[in-house]
Amino acid sequence: MELYPKVYLYRRIVKAKLFIDDNHSNPIDLDHIADEAFFSKFHFIRIFKKTYGKTPHQYLTYVRIERSKILLKDDMPISEVCYEVGFDSISSFTGLFKRIVGQTPSAYQLQCLNKKQEIKSIPLKYIPNCFAEMNGWTKKSNFEEA
Amino acid sequence: MITRLNHVSIFVLDQESAYDFYVNKLGFKVHTDAPMGPGMRWLTICPPEQPELEIALMAISEGMMFTKESAEAMRKLVADGTFGFGVFECNDLLATYEELKAKGVEFKKAPTQEFYGFEALFKDDSGNWFSLGQKG
Repeated sequence: MELYPKVYLYRRIVKAKLFIDDNHSNPIDLDHIADEAFFSKFHFIRIFKKTYGKTPHQYLTYVRIERSKILLKDDMPISEVCYEVGFDSISSFTGLFKRIVGQTPSAYQLQCLNKKQEIKSIPLKYIPNCFAEMNGWTKKSNFEEA
Repeated sequence: MITRLNHVSIFVLDQESAYDFYVNKLGFKVHTDAPMGPGMRWLTICPPEQPELEIALMAISEGMMFTKESAEAMRKLVADGTFGFGVFECNDLLATYEELKAKGVEFKKAPTQEFYGFEALFKDDSGNWFSLGQKG
């Protein structure tokens, strides 16, 4: 039963978005995405932008950059991250990353790894004292001994 | 003078399962994930456009906060869907509804035009429910 008008339209757009999410590391192109959703290219771009505030290409870039941030946090080498998320040039990846995130991939990675190390060594710095006390974490001075 | 909210808690039945729900299904970002000893973890996530708001996914277990009896009672209350912890917002409710459904999120109420706005209700993996409204 249809819950609302245009339910099939929404399902096709969502299917396209999920296709981008699942296949962002592959060299997909707009025609391919539009085909998956059974739209003409022009119609697809228009409806996608209206729904998500980004064109399909902008969204694909966004997904790749977001995924690259996760991989950088996991200490993957930058060159590997670049190809893993679907870019085919390290310089274009680096330039795009800096433009969108505001830092180079290496600066971002260093910042994340420093935070990770700090969380490991001084976790209480990241936990409001009320929560730490409620959980009994402030009674122990060295969490490695807990 | 109080100026903003920066932490809020949601009690969950299993932190790892909740991590998968909030991060992989809802698309929230991990803010802090700190192991705090055997069986203990400080895990906060944040909505994609509110990186300063930390939502703590709190385990319910016997310890400083809960006795054995109160932990059991709390787990039952959560599993029974007693708690609605808040209202989330999205740009397009119909698209978000279809996407979350496709990812296996359970909805208590499909998108419905109410007098106060366009709203759906969904549950997290523990049983907590949330309102989801469309911005604007």
